[in-house]
Amino acid sequence: MKRMAGYEPLPEERLAGLLAELPPAPEGWVQAAAMLPAARRELDRIVTLAEQDAEFRARTLADLESAFRAAGLEPTRALLDAARVRLEGDDRPR
Amino acid sequence: MSASAGTDAGLVARCRAGEEAAWAELVSRYSRYVYAIAIRAYRLEEIDAEDVFQEVFARTYEHLDRLRDDGAIRPWLGQLTRRLAIDRLRAGRREAAPPAAEMEPGAVDEALERIDDAVALRTALDMLSEPCQDVLDRFFARDESYATIAAALDIPSGTIASRISRCLAKLRIAFEGRNGAADPS
Repeated sequence: MKRMAGYEPLPEERLAGLLAELPPAPEGWVQAAAMLPAARRELDRIVTLAEQDAEFRARTLADLESAFRAAGLEPTRALLDAARVRLEGDDRPR
Repeated sequence: MSASAGTDAGLVARCRAGEEAAWAELVSRYSRYVYAIAIRAYRLEEIDAEDVFQEVFARTYEHLDRLRDDGAIRPWLGQLTRRLAIDRLRAGRREAAPPAAEMEPGAVDEALERIDDAVALRTALDMLSEPCQDVLDRFFARDESYATIAAALDIPSGTIASRISRCLAKLRIAFEGRNGAADPS
């Protein structure tokens, strides 16, 4: 636990320890999670385009990360997994 | 965070209504909690913790409609984070040979208890003035040095220790006030 110079222990010492229990999450993680609504919108757009254009779909599936980055979004694994499920789900015969 | 249960319910309702600013606020409010469970309680590697973190919020976003109690978003997030962290640890054990270091029995529960206490304390922290919140957060949670804090807040380095001491005393009073003068230990 971090100690202050000339600092008397307890009860503030315990409070200090508890404050240290909740460090901030890395900023990039928080931003990526906060951008989820925009990411889902982009995913919907990609899926719609993929339904209309098989070549676009194949190209996008081959490089999903670039597709999201081009839209200014962080391609987290959760987002990429969701995209693959939706795009590959389109493999069923129509 | 029971005092903010009503606020949580309102926030979840706004998220469900499609208000993107509300979603960003929900992520911001609970990012430390989810992160602490992954990193401190389950001691996940950074790369695994990031996946769990993103998965927790992705599933939360998808399943907001299924929440039975909007005010219970924190326990719901906690349970989801624990479940995904355990899945990640199990997957790691299957892949690694020999398995990653085992955690001592009870260590996770103790860590989760401390995190819950920390969340309660955070609610008391929110009741303090902005300068007090800032200096305590920077020193203890962000682990910044006196020099860094002094530069960021544009105050003399020599006054940081006394500020921290005063603000901790205020925090103790606020926390005890919230908890009916109960000792946090």
